[in-house]
Amino acid sequence: MVEIRWHGRGGQGAVTSVELLALAAIEEGKFGQGFPSFGPERRGAPVIAFNRVANERIKIKSGIYNPDVVVVLDETLIGIVNVTDGLKSDGKLIVNTTKSPGEVKEQLKFKGAVATVDATKIAREELGVPITNTTMLGALIKVTGLVDLKSAKNPVEHRFGRLAQRNLNALSRAFKEVSTN
Amino acid sequence: MKQVLEGSQAVAEAVKLARVDVISAYPITPQTHIVERLSDFGAEGKISAKYLRVESEHSALAALIGAATGGARTFTSTSSQGLALMHELLHWASGARLPIVMAEVNRALAPGWNIWADQTDSLAQRDTGWIQLYCENSQEVLDSTLIAYNLAETVNLPAMIILDAFYLSHTYEPVDVPEQDLVDRFLPSLKPKFQIDQDDPQAFSSLVTPNAYMEMRYNIAQAMDETISQLDSIEGKFHDIFGRRYGAIESVQCEDADIVMVTSGTITSTCRQVIRDLRAQGEKVGLCKIKMFRPFPIDAIRSTLQNANKIAVIDRNFSFGATGIFAQEIRAALCNLPRRPLVFGYVAGLGGRDVTTGIIESIYRCTKDTDVPLSESIWIGLQEVSDGRARS
Repeated sequence: MVEIRWHGRGGQGAVTSVELLALAAIEEGKFGQGFPSFGPERRGAPVIAFNRVANERIKIKSGIYNPDVVVVLDETLIGIVNVTDGLKSDGKLIVNTTKSPGEVKEQLKFKGAVATVDATKIAREELGVPITNTTMLGALIKVTGLVDLKSAKNPVEHRFGRLAQRNLNALSRAFKEVSTN
Repeated sequence: MKQVLEGSQAVAEAVKLARVDVISAYPITPQTHIVERLSDFGAEGKISAKYLRVESEHSALAALIGAATGGARTFTSTSSQGLALMHELLHWASGARLPIVMAEVNRALAPGWNIWADQTDSLAQRDTGWIQLYCENSQEVLDSTLIAYNLAETVNLPAMIILDAFYLSHTYEPVDVPEQDLVDRFLPSLKPKFQIDQDDPQAFSSLVTPNAYMEMRYNIAQAMDETISQLDSIEGKFHDIFGRRYGAIESVQCEDADIVMVTSGTITSTCRQVIRDLRAQGEKVGLCKIKMFRPFPIDAIRSTLQNANKIAVIDRNFSFGATGIFAQEIRAALCNLPRRPLVFGYVAGLGGRDVTTGIIESIYRCTKDTDVPLSESIWIGLQEVSDGRARS
């Protein structure tokens, strides 16, 4: 089982990300679970959301404290919240930033794998808005190989309707453009 | 069709599939997503139910009592303070033998103001004559809502579908959403056994003197007893169509268990993982899930628990001046057995505090390593707190 924590700000679609990843997992016969941090949330304030993905039915219904993967939708959260809190030392950190993986690694003193992608630029170009959830899902799929890229297609179409293609374009670009250290 | 749904959305899907006639609710976190989704369905023309916006939970249930007396299939949902405000009318709904179905998202009672999971709200309504079904995942929520309509309309008692705040109401999981024509086969339209009829005027809920009231109460008691066997046959029909059934309780590896953990709600789901891991280490441990709390399935519980040496009950609730409420009921169910297991009562997860696999395993270890319970209630994970009094 792989456990993931998403960091974003209210309105950036972190909860939609966890729903899409869970859907992509069940697309290919795996099991997925997604949940937000439990409590009041406000637009613009730091939020977190979580995923579990496994090859068997997921029974655990409690929080995630030591994720295998952390995704940061908004670079400005770094320094405000401790994005590597509890992240396994051999875990993966995926950040939306213009910085290189090496620079983020140095900044956060994180010893595991770091991947970066300029998701804000991709989202602006493909969607016209800096909402990076689907873009960062593409980066996550590339870095973790948790699900196949094409398994994201139906969930994104189901969720976004006429905006689906633009989101799929953003997702595919991040899949190609994400860089790892 | 396989979808990924929150527990809340699973309730709303079931209400849509049940072709409910009248919905009335007042918003309260964390049940809000249920009525929001139903409101969306109404706006999109996906349901034809009359949606009544009211000024309080008391009015929400009052409206449904009227609608159900008129022969409508009805739905409401609430949590915590909202359920407490309904209390008077909870008795009214069961006394009037109305098959109203409610989704109750377990939330802690205030103060301190807390929106998180805690079962004391619904368990405090245990004497109101409502069927209570506690669920552990979104699929069970959807299925149980459909089963609840069938059950409530068969025995003419109201039913509560109960789900933990956030751990279930806001968690996305794969759910198989059944086809409408199959649901129609399982749950035909409501044929009320009695209703207001302009062509046949009758009085409802009028004065009942001592020479009849007791018999009416006895009828409710009998209907509650019948609910246990009816659940079995209704779930049989559900299983024939959808291939799933749950039971009033579920016994997991209890046959040879020295220690049986008794759980409800989402703690059950997490406990399944713990049982599997402990069994792999050679521990003789079992799990008894209590799904149906009212009526309390005493016979099934006795036969499941009687051969164990120790029972560990986990309560995400508390009755002040007594113990955890499931622990009370389990002790009462076992007391007339000639040979009884010891019952250890654990209080955990109040006000939404997380109950992890590690906590459940520590409860198992504590039960195994203690000969007899050191107190009637063992509070898990308490931090050091001040008693609030000034220090001298």
